[in-house]
Amino acid sequence: MGWIGETIDSIKSIQIRQLLTQAISLGMIVTSALIIWKALMCVTGSESPVVVVLSGSMEPGFKRGDILFLHMSKDPIRAGEIVVFNVDGRDIPIVHRVIKVHERENTGDVDVLTKGDNNYGDDRLLYAEGQQWLHRHHIMGRAVGFLPYVGWVTIIMTEKPIIKYILIGALGLLVITSKD
Amino acid sequence: MHSFGYRGNALLTFAVTILAFMCAIASFSDNFSNQTPSAQIQILNINWFQKQPHGNDEVSLTLNITADLQSLFTWNTKQVFAFVAAEYKTSKNSLNQVSLWDAIIPEKEHAKFWIQISNKYRFIDQGYNLRGKDFNLTLHWHVMPKTGKMFADKIVMSGYRLPDAYR
Repeated sequence: MGWIGETIDSIKSIQIRQLLTQAISLGMIVTSALIIWKALMCVTGSESPVVVVLSGSMEPGFKRGDILFLHMSKDPIRAGEIVVFNVDGRDIPIVHRVIKVHERENTGDVDVLTKGDNNYGDDRLLYAEGQQWLHRHHIMGRAVGFLPYVGWVTIIMTEKPIIKYILIGALGLLVITSKD
Repeated sequence: MHSFGYRGNALLTFAVTILAFMCAIASFSDNFSNQTPSAQIQILNINWFQKQPHGNDEVSLTLNITADLQSLFTWNTKQVFAFVAAEYKTSKNSLNQVSLWDAIIPEKEHAKFWIQISNKYRFIDQGYNLRGKDFNLTLHWHVMPKTGKMFADKIVMSGYRLPDAYR
């Protein structure tokens, strides 16, 4: 009787240990990803160091599904730079080129007008009601490099959330059923 | 250790790493290209020069732009975005940059061009400081690669001046 009890105990303890190890490994993976993301935010000085191009307004240079690497420095904003900005009240960032700059003498405040390369008119229609210019605090970063096609994963997961759930479900299943 | 899943995973990781490495090398090779672009801009005519009802000056110009940007194209170049901006200083603003014209150059053959147009975007000041104003016309270009780092540079041409009175 004692021998059966011993065996049952040892089986239970192995399972718990394995479960804990798996949970910790998963936690390590998630926190490493988070650390890398936060470190990128620090290095590039921008709130979101990588963005996905969502519209065709900068074609043929940037197509839908490309990803852009951003960098934000204290350097003044100049015409020709490709900037990513948020309009008050909208949460989707827009990636367009600066076409007009008016910089104040002493304060360094700046009025900026942007336009998508493939659009006919400038972005005043996209700005908030009554807003004619963008200011420094609207701008999240300058685009410094890009990779084609890589952003399609994000677009598909955002537009068809069912695929996101299937992927997470499959990952979860893999973690639980794997032997190590 | 030899299951389909493990092998598939290893193959995929290796493929993605190699791809990323190739993109980085392609971008790095752009640093070695020898770039000698040239450009000239002439103002053919001041079409009109008015003060708008809101109080801002506006001027319309006809420009003659000649440029040779062929040396900017490398094998990793997708397009070159070129634009001409008028740059000037006023008492209120230490720097004003107003883009007057831009173009997308998709291929090396189109990079040597001569064009005569009036300004594509309106040249409007913040205020009414443009009479007799000296300004620079700068041709900027932005090289957009097939993959990797983007480069930008410019040629500054100075010596342009707006008329002293409205027309």
